[in-house]
Amino acid sequence: MSAEFDTTETLDVTGASCPMPVVKTKSATDDLATGEVLEVVATDPGSMSDIDGWAAGTEGVELLDQNEGDDVYTHYVRKTE
Amino acid sequence: MSTDIPDNSPGDASETSSGNAPSRAELAVRVDELEESLAEATEDDDTKKMSIIATKGTLDMAYPPLILASTAAAFGYDVTVFHTFWGLDILHEERSGDLKLSSVGNPNMPLPNAVAALPGMDRLTTRMMERRIEDNDTASIQELLETSLDMGVEFQACQMTIDLMGYDEADFYDGVTTGVGAATALQDMADADIQLLV
Repeated sequence: MSAEFDTTETLDVTGASCPMPVVKTKSATDDLATGEVLEVVATDPGSMSDIDGWAAGTEGVELLDQNEGDDVYTHYVRKTE
Repeated sequence: MSTDIPDNSPGDASETSSGNAPSRAELAVRVDELEESLAEATEDDDTKKMSIIATKGTLDMAYPPLILASTAAAFGYDVTVFHTFWGLDILHEERSGDLKLSSVGNPNMPLPNAVAALPGMDRLTTRMMERRIEDNDTASIQELLETSLDMGVEFQACQMTIDLMGYDEADFYDGVTTGVGAATALQDMADADIQLLV
């Protein structure tokens, strides 16, 4: 599986369940510079809806894409400001 | 300082007029100031606030306030959680690791109340729940609390119930606010976009 974006960092939250994928994604995006992209790898099926909702409700981040693989959910989040 | 001579020159905006009536220039300055402070106030209101009152100290009821608090912090909200009565145990460094699940009065338990009330049953159901939490990789209460503290959530321990329960301020996690009461909680709720009682 190749990333469709130039990702700066990858955050592995496999195994973690709600609310940790969102909470750790937030902390990881704080460490990015504007324009950089974070790849988040999760196994929590709820992360599809949760990271989507978090990105929509949070200033300064943009959800670029979400992919669903075999029990793996990958999210791409760009820091916009 | 203003002079005693009335200044009637219309082009001079910086001079102060005599007497009590403010000059047009003074009013213009004041309007600018007010517009500036209005803009600042409006800007501050963009940060959403959530206020939770946590009153329960069982293992199952400790989760909702902490999950919502940490998630709201991830959204950039200002979050305050006011802990009172049994909710204090969530902030209690020693007791937070030993929260229990009650097997009595819970219709979701596969046990009749008469059996659930037997000695040792709460310990058994608590252990079962702890096992499930571990197997499911669900964060522990301490992990959620420490994560929330790191994210800037303000945890408050109600002073009246600290005294009532015979707890000491030093019993709580570092970063927990003590010496607060209902008025503080009410003020937070009045300012908040979301208010929850758990």
